[in-house]
Amino acid sequence: MPLRQKIRALRVRLRLRLKRQRLLWRSFRSRHRLGVVTDRTAQIRRDDILAFACVRNEVVRLPWFLMHHRALGVQHFLFVDNASDDGTRDYLAAQPDCSVWHTGASYKAARFGLDWVTWLLMHYGHGHWCLTLDADEAFIYPDHDTRPLRALTDWLDARGRPVFGALMLDMFPKGPLDAQTYAPGDDPFAILRWFDADNYTVLMKPLLRCLWVQGGARARMFFASEPRRAPTLNKIPLVRWNRRYAYVNSTHSLMPRELNQMHDAGGRPIAAGVLLHSKFLHTIIDKSREEKARREHFGDAEAFEAYYDGLISNPDLWHEGACEYAGWRQLVALGLMPAVDWA
Amino acid sequence: MTVGFVMMCHTALDRAAQVARFWAEGGAPVVIHVDRRVDALSYTRFERGLADLANVSFSRRFKCEWGTWSLVAAAQAGAEQMLARHGDVGHVFLASGSCLPLRPVQDLAAYLAARPHTDFIESVTTADVGWTIGGLDEERFTLHFPFSWKRRRRLFDRYVEFQRRFKIRRKVPPGLVPHMGSQWWCLSRRTLASILQDPERRTHDDYFAKVWIPDESYFQTLTRLYSTNVESRSLTLSKFDYQGKPHLFYDDHLQLLRRSNCFVARKIWPRADRLYANFLAQRTPIDATAEPDPVKIDRLFSKAVERRTTGRPGLYMQSRFPHRDRENGKTSAPYSVFQGFTDLFENFEGWLAKYAGARVHGHLFAPERAEFAGNETHFAGCLTDSARLRDYNPQAFLTSLIWNSRGERQCFQFSPRDNQACNWFLATDPNAQISVISGAWAVPLFRASDSFAVTRREAARLQKIELDQIGILRSMYVKARVRIWTMADFIENPMELMQTIIDEISPRSTRRLTEVPRLVDLTGFGQFLQNLKNQGMQPRLMGDFPVDDGPQSAIAHHSRPYIVR
Repeated sequence: MPLRQKIRALRVRLRLRLKRQRLLWRSFRSRHRLGVVTDRTAQIRRDDILAFACVRNEVVRLPWFLMHHRALGVQHFLFVDNASDDGTRDYLAAQPDCSVWHTGASYKAARFGLDWVTWLLMHYGHGHWCLTLDADEAFIYPDHDTRPLRALTDWLDARGRPVFGALMLDMFPKGPLDAQTYAPGDDPFAILRWFDADNYTVLMKPLLRCLWVQGGARARMFFASEPRRAPTLNKIPLVRWNRRYAYVNSTHSLMPRELNQMHDAGGRPIAAGVLLHSKFLHTIIDKSREEKARREHFGDAEAFEAYYDGLISNPDLWHEGACEYAGWRQLVALGLMPAVDWA
Repeated sequence: MTVGFVMMCHTALDRAAQVARFWAEGGAPVVIHVDRRVDALSYTRFERGLADLANVSFSRRFKCEWGTWSLVAAAQAGAEQMLARHGDVGHVFLASGSCLPLRPVQDLAAYLAARPHTDFIESVTTADVGWTIGGLDEERFTLHFPFSWKRRRRLFDRYVEFQRRFKIRRKVPPGLVPHMGSQWWCLSRRTLASILQDPERRTHDDYFAKVWIPDESYFQTLTRLYSTNVESRSLTLSKFDYQGKPHLFYDDHLQLLRRSNCFVARKIWPRADRLYANFLAQRTPIDATAEPDPVKIDRLFSKAVERRTTGRPGLYMQSRFPHRDRENGKTSAPYSVFQGFTDLFENFEGWLAKYAGARVHGHLFAPERAEFAGNETHFAGCLTDSARLRDYNPQAFLTSLIWNSRGERQCFQFSPRDNQACNWFLATDPNAQISVISGAWAVPLFRASDSFAVTRREAARLQKIELDQIGILRSMYVKARVRIWTMADFIENPMELMQTIIDEISPRSTRRLTEVPRLVDLTGFGQFLQNLKNQGMQPRLMGDFPVDDGPQSAIAHHSRPYIVR
């Protein structure tokens, strides 16, 4: 490599390192914003798989969320409650395997909650396999119905891979969004049975060496005129955490950037999962109204007003090309989820 | 006579203890080797847990490292102890701590008693082994390997390189023919004793101590010297992934394993509680005569390996995003691109759909919208006709479209008026069949009644675009099947040329074309081109059209019906 190129590469690395340290420092500072509600972290054993989430007014989704991920084999949940007023905090505090912190600080100012979660990851997640989720995401992987999460993490450990990616799949109902009412504890994907099979686009982000997957129902319905703004769908929810790691932008990309390289340049599929996204339950309409006013969700909130308006108008996301969800095997067959290299 | 087990353990000692107990209580003596890297506390706990069993003993401990002699030394020590302490042992079975017996000990003992002189060991000459990963097979026996592959990989590789370069070779001791195979074997007392008590053992050991991965070759080679009856297969069921790592068995394999009738399987996931609970509860003999039959398991696992190694061409996703030009297939299926045909022929799409038996789209890359077949607004996979969504990533749009309609041939129209972003992609995709009638874009201009200044400007623009595109299609990088005709050449004999294209799309159909679509009226086209020339623009792609419309108009009038045969 010529000297000039070497110097440039070095500068990029230094810059990224500084950025990562800045993110970690921010997160470390943000611990002052968190107040303990229930701390059961003493229960965490050495090899436990942990889940982290920042939630706000999710009491409707949480019972099923907890059930699903407990069944996979998550042993302890660590929540940050961002000023819920629907009983989320009390509900979580009463769960035997949850530790809960609360904060009234700005979600946006805390990098959409990431600072708080990063602090918890740093403090409690070091050395553990950690699943970082939102309350409206359900993590699945090939064979998740017969093999516990521990089987997957053992498999990853045996191959020296510290990360496991996932595609976020927007699930939607047939008919207007509020036509079917979801009751706490029910399977949200009994209502949200549909998804877009393949209108996804993949780009490469060279600096962070991560991919950028967009598309799906939201791109199709709300971002047709500005596809660049369509939500990012690739995530890295499962990581054997190290206290030096930092999520950059939600759980879409990680630093150090080597962790983002989870695709195989030779074209062989590398194991990954899917996050079933239960955003479009009937509650979305009120929530969108609230979020539109609160302006805590996007960097450039104005640009997303049309998106909120679109959701508030109670649209029907379904159309006849939509696919009906029939389990992980279907997602593997469609190519949305590569099969894990086991049999 | 019974069978004795030599167990090699290093992790999941609680599981190993369960299995050892199962064998010992079934009447089979067990000698256990525990890796010296296991800490003293775990070792004593393990030993104490089995202390109540008289026929379980522990052998001298070696520090084991994958790929080195230590594994053979440990197996030798275990086997020697077994032969010395248990005179009633007819066969010795080498197993690991992550093995799981699938049938009771009595079954195996009876099976072996019926074959007292048979040695079950996979033993294949180096020329015939198909499974070595990393390219070292014969060289395992002829090169020196002083450096650890696990810890000193670069040194290991460099030294191999060095020896190859300077042709440094070791001599295989006389009388030995290198054989390889699975390291899990079951040998008869006679063969094993002969190997261990051979007067030449020093020579053999010295030689194999420096062979690469000797646990896959030491017993496999020496058995050939003494055995009268080698059955070249392992009684241990084990499967490997494409990297040569052993596959694990999980709870959901229970039925499959049970039906396989194999004696022992490895590796078992240590937390597969159901597997351990089920198989270790089986104490009464089932059917000693049943032969192991792992066909179903073989099929399942080879499918998994195949899936892994071939990938899925044409699929682009978070986890499969091949770098450009290293794709194993840019798209998932063949498809056809037609350029200029709709300009020149009336209802070409309908005609093509009829003859090619394919899904025929309009101009998928048209500036206003993606013209899906049948004027639909959506296509499979929820692709929409929005031009903006499409133009955000035209290549992804195309690969998704082809991927989504697997099993059905896709055809679409193209023209210089459309988004040109995919030109290189199309040209370098072996799945693309591109047929171009160059200059045909002028026909709509000729038929429209715009002011001539506008027409001239547009003609110049389109000509430039098409020239660029044809430049790509004629470059040395082209992988697509490309055919380019000038407009004049094509209308000379459209039937034959179209027959070639259609034959390529559906090679098995024997149907001959009986009609070509109707050519648009080209009366005055020659004059139109002349007018462009007169305005200072040189039409270069249409071929020769005389100013008086003699031959062309004749074709236009007679093009239908136009019956061959």
